[in-house]
Amino acid sequence: MTRRRLPEWFVLLLPAIIVIAAVVLIPLLFSLYSSFTPYKLTRPSTLWKWVGTYNYEKILSDAKFWAAFGRTVLFLTIVLNLELLLGLGIALMMNKVTWGQRTLRTILMFPMMFSPILVGFQFKFIFNDNIGLVNNVLQSMGFDAALPWLVDGKLAMFSIMFAEIWMSTSVFAILILAGLFAMPRDPLEAAKVDGCTPWQSFRHITLPFLMPFIYIAMTIRSLDVARAYDIVQIMTGGGPARRTELLWTLMSRTGYVDARMGLANAMGYVSIILSILFTIYFFRKLSAARAELGMAG
Amino acid sequence: MTEVTLSQVVKKYGQHQAVHGIDLDIHDGEFVVLVGPSGCGKSTTLRMIAGLEDISGGEVAIGGRVVNDLPPRERNISMVFQNYALYPHMTVRENLGFSLRIAKQPEAEIAKAVDEAASILGLNELMDRKPAALSGGQRQRVAMGRAIVRHPDVFLFDEPLSNLDAKLRTQMRVEIKKLHQKVESTIIYVTHDQVEAMTLADRIVLMRDGHIVQVGTPLELFNTPVDTFVATFIGSPPMNLVDGVVRQGQITLDGGITVPVPVTAGALREGQAVKFGFRADNLMPVGHAVEDEGAVYELDLPVTLTEPLGTETLLFTKMAGGEVQAKMFNPRPVAPGEQLRFRLMLDKCHVFDATSGLAVRG
Ligand SMILES: Nc1ncnc2c1ncn2[C@@H]1O[C@H](COP(=O)(O)OP(=O)(O)OP(=O)(O)O)[C@@H](O)[C@H]1O
Ligand SMILES: [Mg+2]
Repeated sequence: MTRRRLPEWFVLLLPAIIVIAAVVLIPLLFSLYSSFTPYKLTRPSTLWKWVGTYNYEKILSDAKFWAAFGRTVLFLTIVLNLELLLGLGIALMMNKVTWGQRTLRTILMFPMMFSPILVGFQFKFIFNDNIGLVNNVLQSMGFDAALPWLVDGKLAMFSIMFAEIWMSTSVFAILILAGLFAMPRDPLEAAKVDGCTPWQSFRHITLPFLMPFIYIAMTIRSLDVARAYDIVQIMTGGGPARRTELLWTLMSRTGYVDARMGLANAMGYVSIILSILFTIYFFRKLSAARAELGMAG
Repeated sequence: MTEVTLSQVVKKYGQHQAVHGIDLDIHDGEFVVLVGPSGCGKSTTLRMIAGLEDISGGEVAIGGRVVNDLPPRERNISMVFQNYALYPHMTVRENLGFSLRIAKQPEAEIAKAVDEAASILGLNELMDRKPAALSGGQRQRVAMGRAIVRHPDVFLFDEPLSNLDAKLRTQMRVEIKKLHQKVESTIIYVTHDQVEAMTLADRIVLMRDGHIVQVGTPLELFNTPVDTFVATFIGSPPMNLVDGVVRQGQITLDGGITVPVPVTAGALREGQAVKFGFRADNLMPVGHAVEDEGAVYELDLPVTLTEPLGTETLLFTKMAGGEVQAKMFNPRPVAPGEQLRFRLMLDKCHVFDATSGLAVRG
C-alpha cells in the first residue's frame, strides 16, 4: 500500500495557509457564525443555540443602531470632505514654498505619528469644559460661559471631528503634494499661454490631474475612518447619553459592556458593508479618473 | 501689424546670466528662426517673449506695446512646446477648443474654428481620442492645431520637431512652411538644427552663449558668415577651415601650399595668422566640377575616405595637415589613397582672423 503524498506546492504553502487560517479565517468564520446565535460572553453555552437571522432583524429595526449608523455616515462625509479641502489647501501652499520645504513636510507628518489614543486624550483635555485649553482661552478673552464642548451633542461631534481632522489631514496633504510633485509643468504653461487665469489653470488642469491622488487618499482614509474607534472612545465613549454614539462605540458597548457578542458581531457585519461601499465607490472613482488621464488600468 | 521688438533684453538666473542684452526687430508676418547650439539661450529668449519667464532687464514689445509686465494671456500669442504639452485629460477636440472656451466664445464658433484647424492639419479622424492614444507626429499636429485656432498675433515654436523621426520631421517642416503662408502671422521658431533654420526662415538669428552672433537671411548667413562660428554652424557639411599665414599677398597654408588671397590685400597684414575657409562645394576634382567662371586654383590632394550620396560623393582629403571635405559631381568610384587634382573656387573662399575668428572682407 502506497501512501498518497501531498503535492509539493501545497506542503510549501502549508505554514502560510495555517497562519492565515488561524489569524484571519477562523475569527472571521467564528464571528460570522456567532452573529447567528444569541452568544453572550458571560454564558458560553449560548454559542450553541442557533437563532437564524434574529440578530440581524433586531438590528435593522433598532432605532439606536440606525441613529449611530446615520451619525457615522454623516461623520465620515464631513470629516473626509474637510480633510480633502484642508489637505488640498496645505499641499498647494507647501508646493509654493521654496525654502525649508523638507522640514515642513516632516512637521506635516507629526500628527500621523501619534497614537490615536494619545490624540484622544490630548483633545479630551483641550476641550474639557472646566480646565480645558479652549475654554480658558475663551474666558481670558472675555467670554463668560464655559462651553460644554464634550457634553452638548453638536459640540461634542464637532470636537471629535476636530481631533480626527487634526490627526489625519496630513494623509491628504501628503498624497496631494506627491501628486503636485509628479505633475508635468508643460500643460500648465500651455494653459497660461492659452489664456487661463491662475484659478482657471487650477480648475481645468491641476485639479483633473490631482483627482487620482485625491481618490487614493479617500480610499485609504475611508478604510481608516471606519476604524476611528479609539478617538471617540477616549473623548466621549459615545456619550453622554449616546449623543456621539457611532457604530464602533455602539458595537463595543454591545459586545463588551452588555456582553452580547452575537448581536455586536451582527452589527459588525452590517457596518462592514458600509465600509466596503465607501471603498468600492472611491475605487471606481479612482479608476475613472485614471482612465480620464489616459493612464493604464 | 504685429512686430516683435526686443531691446537690450537680459535674463539672469541668480548669478548666472543666460541672455546678455539682446536687440532684435521682427517684422509683421516674418518667419524668424532662433538657432544656436544647446544652452545658448534660445528657449529662454522665446519664453521671455511668451511671458513664461520674467525679464531681468530691457524691454519686449509686441505690436508696439511693451509687454514686460503682462501675463501670457494678455499677449495674444500662442506657443507650441517641444513636448507638445497637450492636456492629457482632454480629447483632441477639447484640447483644440480649450483656449476659445476659456475666452468664452460661443460654442458654435468654437466648433467651427476647431473643425477648420482640424482639417488644415488632418486631424478629423482623431477628434475623440485622448493624447495618450496618439503617435508623436499626431500629438505634434494637435499642438499646432491648438496654436492656430486662436488666430494669435504671434506664433512661438520651441523645437517642435525635435521629438520626431527624420522623415516625419521633413514632412512637418513643409507643413509649417505652408501654415505660415496660409496664416501670415509672425512666427518665432526655435531650433538647434541648422537645416530647419535654413529651410524655414525668412531671417535667421544665430545665437551663442546668450549673445546674437549674426542676423540675416539664410543665404546671407551661408555666403557671408561674420565669423568662424557662423561659418561652421550654418551649412552641411561645415565649412572647411585651414590654418595659414599671410605672406606677400598670398596665404601660405601650414603644409606649404600657397594660394592667392581671395580678398583685397589691404585688409590683411603681412604675417597675420588666418584661418582659410571654403565649403566642400567649392573644392572639386577636375572633370567632376560644376563649371564656374572666376578665379580657380588647382592642387593635388590624396583622398582618404569617400561618402557616396548618389548625385554627388563627399571626398575626405588631407590639406595642410588638416582634414577637409570636397565634393565630386557625376561621381565615379574612388579608391582611398588615390591622388586627385582639385579645383578650388577662390571667389567663394573666406578668410578669418585666426585669433578673433572674425571674417576679413575687402
Ligand atoms: N531655470 C533655470 N535656472 C537656471 N539656469 C537656467 C534655467 N533655465 C535655463 N538656464 C540656463 O540658461 C541657459 C540657456 O538655457 P536655454 O534653455 O535657453 O537654452 P537653449 O538654447 O534653449 O538650449 P537647448 O537647445 O538645449 O534647448 C543655459 O545655460 C541653462 O543652463
Ligand atoms: Mg531649449
